[in-house]
This record gives sequence, structure tokens and C-alpha cells, in this order.
Amino acid sequence: MDALQLLVAGVSQGCVYGLIALGFVLIYKATEVVNFAQGELMMIGAFIAYTFINILAWPYFYGVLATLLSMAVIGVVLERLLIRPMLGEPPFAVLMLTIGLGFLLRAVAGAIWGAEPKTLSTPYASDVLQLGEIIVGYGNLAIVLGTGVLCLALFLFFRYSRLGIAMQAASQNQLAAVYSGIPVARLVTGVWAVSALIAAIAGVLVAPVSLIDPQIGFIGVKAFAAAIVGGFGSLPGAMVGGLLIGIAEQFAGLYLPPGFSDVTAYIILLVMLFVRPQGIFASMMQKKV
Amino acid sequence: MRFLKKTRYEQDIALLEHNGQRFWYGLLLLLVLGAPFLIDGFYLGELSLVAIYAIAGCGLMLLVGFTGQVSLGHAAFLAIGAYCHTWCLGAGVPLLPSLLIAMSLSAAAGMIVALPALRMTGIYLAVATLAFAVIVEQGIAHWESVTGGYRGLAVPDASLFGLSVTDTTFFYYFCVALMLLATLALLNLLRSPTGRAFVAIRDSETSAQGMGIGLARYKTLAFALSAALTGLAGGLLAHKIGYLAPDAFNLIMSIQLLLMVVVGGLGSIHGIFYGALFLGFLPQGIALLRDALPPALANIPGLEPGIFGALLILMLIVEPDGLYGRWLKIRQYLDEFPLYRAKTHKRQKQFLRTERLR
Repeated sequence: MDALQLLVAGVSQGCVYGLIALGFVLIYKATEVVNFAQGELMMIGAFIAYTFINILAWPYFYGVLATLLSMAVIGVVLERLLIRPMLGEPPFAVLMLTIGLGFLLRAVAGAIWGAEPKTLSTPYASDVLQLGEIIVGYGNLAIVLGTGVLCLALFLFFRYSRLGIAMQAASQNQLAAVYSGIPVARLVTGVWAVSALIAAIAGVLVAPVSLIDPQIGFIGVKAFAAAIVGGFGSLPGAMVGGLLIGIAEQFAGLYLPPGFSDVTAYIILLVMLFVRPQGIFASMMQKKV
Repeated sequence: MRFLKKTRYEQDIALLEHNGQRFWYGLLLLLVLGAPFLIDGFYLGELSLVAIYAIAGCGLMLLVGFTGQVSLGHAAFLAIGAYCHTWCLGAGVPLLPSLLIAMSLSAAAGMIVALPALRMTGIYLAVATLAFAVIVEQGIAHWESVTGGYRGLAVPDASLFGLSVTDTTFFYYFCVALMLLATLALLNLLRSPTGRAFVAIRDSETSAQGMGIGLARYKTLAFALSAALTGLAGGLLAHKIGYLAPDAFNLIMSIQLLLMVVVGGLGSIHGIFYGALFLGFLPQGIALLRDALPPALANIPGLEPGIFGALLILMLIVEPDGLYGRWLKIRQYLDEFPLYRAKTHKRQKQFLRTERLR
């Protein structure tokens, strides 16, 4: 039963990684930019939810709605201020920029909300669901459900909607996309808004089960490992990678000496890069000259 | 403007091309050598830190700026160098052999990291090096019998020709000498066939391969050399900080090192030194800023990395060629004074194309 309980915890943790990884993959898929600040966006989302729900005492539902809206706006603002001037620069430069952005956001969050950990209060988080001998917190259940729904929505969006297909076209060949009448610059803004929205959802779901402080953005690095394990640029891959790392971490924490649980994600990542660098769901081809 | 008419082969291979350069670099060398007589102990210590950063910068610039392999984990090599050097000193190895051992071990680690590097590019590589750095940091934290774990490890004193490294002036000269050696080595390496191969790999892997350059061999070599130089810097850094703890070599350190070469200007040797000066004196600048700010703002947790981040963003948007690139532009403006056209350095934007199928 121990193993099953660990599995449940692992799935829940893995969904968190998967959620953040989804944000990475979304931006990467649409703009070929790697947004290293995705974890920090999640952290900001959690803090904004905390502000609305705990400090301003709004009802949970409206608080979450306001959080999603403000995060979408933040996504647009970030894109217009920082990413738009970098349009057409090498991807490495943009990667560096988002690393800088991550540090900046952490300092901003520290300045506004302070360094002490906070908890987001929700109507459901303190209850648990008893399934036979396994105990599942509603907070964890919400993470799993929310992730599932979001995954499905994104999959449908990229598969069937005009906007989603336009985004993929823009990522494969910007010039051709411009010629086909796709407003690439506006599209990129939209992608950042959606990606910040996903970060906000991750933040709102994670905040009740773990404490919020400016440092939680660092789990973005593990989520990044998840995205790569799954094959960068693949939405199902991001989820599978996240789940794999989440579950492996829980088991490593129990069965391996201390310290291993922290590096499990990276060991899996390195092994994956040795064995199958393109990830579980490959989407890359050999680069041409 | 100066036009050189080269009449002898020696002129073509000389590191310093003309008397103007000889004069200014000579003056700079005199200033560097005379620094202990000009400034007090604290700033001398900071200058030796700058020299150490410059050595690490040579390593990282070789890898990122000249071979085009981005590394987000160079703090790991710094850590390996520092701990190995400290351990060797503790075991009774003299200063210089101990530094050599640290360099070799670091180079070996670099070759291990290069193994996956042969199969991937860009962000994949950056993340692999990041993963390596996290594993090294955790390994150091938990391998207590050798590294002392989070309790830390005191760096023993060492001496050369009877002079101790705790003597600020001697340590400064020691660091500067090694920095000059590293720079000369890098300059000469880049003029050799090996260095040309590195640059070819940076500009296009596929065409480099087409020209008969063995990617595996040269990438491994680049990683090994880069790690060796960074390991040397790590060994010196151990003496500078005096007490080693794993969190001195965390992700932020790696990113600071990368920030150094980006701010200095990727792909230029001068950039290393601009970047090292920047990185070495930024904490002082931030400390001054902290005094000037109201206390509510000055006590923000993570203020220092935050300012690092903001500067990095500013630099990338305003001047991607780095400080040295900016200086080149200013110099060109002065050279061509009345004739300078505003759009001389307009950045070429390119449309994104990928070879992805889905």
C-alpha cells in the first residue's frame, strides 16, 4: 500500500511539473523561444491569487478569475516590453533574457510579498478523500484534474483551431507564415498571454498544497527537465515527462539515501539525453546549414 | 584611421600589430603590475578576484563565444577545481602541482559533460550542463567525508618560493600571472588550426563537418580546455574565499559566469576582461546602491540577483554585442567622425525557420 500511496503523491507532484512544462512547450512550440522564467510566472500567479483571496478576501472563484485575467495581462506586457524587441534575435539571446527575467521577477516578488512562506486558503484543500487505504487530498486531486482538463484543451486547440494551427505554422517558418497572412507578431503576444495563463492555473493549483515563497519558481528548472525528457515541443511529452519525474522523485525519496530525491530529475534528464536526446516524443529533425 | 602595410611575415603573425597597440597594452600592463603601489589592500583583493573571474571567463568564452556551446553549469567546474585543489593541499601537495591536478580533474569532468554534448545543440546542451551542475552541487553537499558537506571546508594555506597566498600582494601577482598565461594561451589557441576548427563549429556545425572537422573530437576538446581553465580559476577562488561551501557554486554562480561573457561581448577576448571587471565590481556597486536606497527597498531578499537579472535583460536588448562591441562602435564613430551614418550597425533581423515537423 505504501507504494500506491507514493504513486498518488508522485502523480500529483508530476502534474505540477507537467503543468509548468506545458507552459514551456507552448511558448517553444509557437515561437521557438525557451522561457526559463515559466516557474517564476507560476510563482507570481500564486502570489496574485494569494493577494486576491487572502488579503482582499474575495470569494475563491472570483479571486481565481481575477488572477487568470491579471496574469494574462502580465504575459502580454512582458511580451511587448521584453520579447518583442528580441524578435529575430538568436534563440540563445532570448533564453538568456528569460533567465534574467526569472531573477528579476523573484526580486520583485520578494519586494512586494516578502520572503516568508504563505499559504493560499481554499474551500477544498484541507479535506481528504479516503479510497480504501489510500488518502488523497482534494488539493492534489484538483491538481490532477485541472492538469488533465488543461491538457485536453491545449491538445484540441493545437489540433483543430485555426489559431493553433497558425501558431504552429509561425513557429516552423516565420517568413512563410507572414506571406500566408498570419499576423505573427500579434500571434506571439497571444501565445505569451496563454502561457502566463497556464502559469497562473499552475500557481493557483499548487499554492494550496505547498507554501508560496519567492523561491518556489525554482521548481521550474525541474519542470524544464520534464519538458526535455518528454521531448521539447510535444504537449503529451511534457505531461509524460512531468509524471515520470514526479513519481521517480517520490520513490527515490523513500528508497535511496538522502540527497538523491533532489537530483533524481536531473539524473533522469542526463540519462535521457545520453540514450535518446530527442526525448520520448521526438519532434526535431536534423538542422540544415 | 590607421592602415597597415604588412611587408614581413612576422608582422602578419604578431599578436600586437602596430606601435599604437604596443604602447597602450604596455601602459595597461604597467598599470596592472603597479596596482599594489597605487591602491589599498581591499581593492587589490577585489582586483585579484577580477583576475580569477577573467581566467574562468577565458574558459567560458572559449566554449560559448568561440565554440558556440552554451553552458549553464560552469560553476560545477569551478567547484570541482576549488574542492580538488583544497583536498590536494590538505594532502600535502605543493601549490602548483595541486592546481595542475585540479585542472586535470576538471578537464576530465568537462569531457564527461561533452559526451552528451556531441549529440545535441542549443538549449538541450544548456540544460544538460545545468543538470550536471545541480548534480555536482548536491554531490558536494552530501559527500561529507571529502567535502565537509554543508559544514564547509577550510582552505589550507599554501606558499610558493616562500611567499604565502594569504599575502594580498603576492596573491594578486600570482593571479595576474596566471591570467596573462591563460589569455596568451587562448590567443594562440585561437590562431591555431584547433581554434579555427572551434570557430567553424560555432558558425555552422554541418558545414564544419563537411570541411572534415571531427565534431566529437573538437567539442570534447573545447569542453575539456574550458573546464580546465575554469578549474584553475576555481582553485584560485578557493584561496580568495578561504572557506568552501556548496552553495557558493550554485546555479546563480553559473549564470553570473555566463552573464560575464555576455556582458563583455561574446566572441571577443577583450570582452572577457570587460565582463570580469563588471562582475568583480558589481557587488560593490550594489552595496553602494543599497546604502543610497531607503531601508525598505534595500532589504529586499534577492536584490542582488534581481539587479543582475535586470542588467542582463537591459544588455541583451540594448547592446547584444556587449561592452566591447559598444566600445568598437564608439571608436568607429570617432574614427569616421563627420561621416558616420546612423544605421551603420543596424542589427540584421532574421526570420525564424525550424526543421520541426509537428
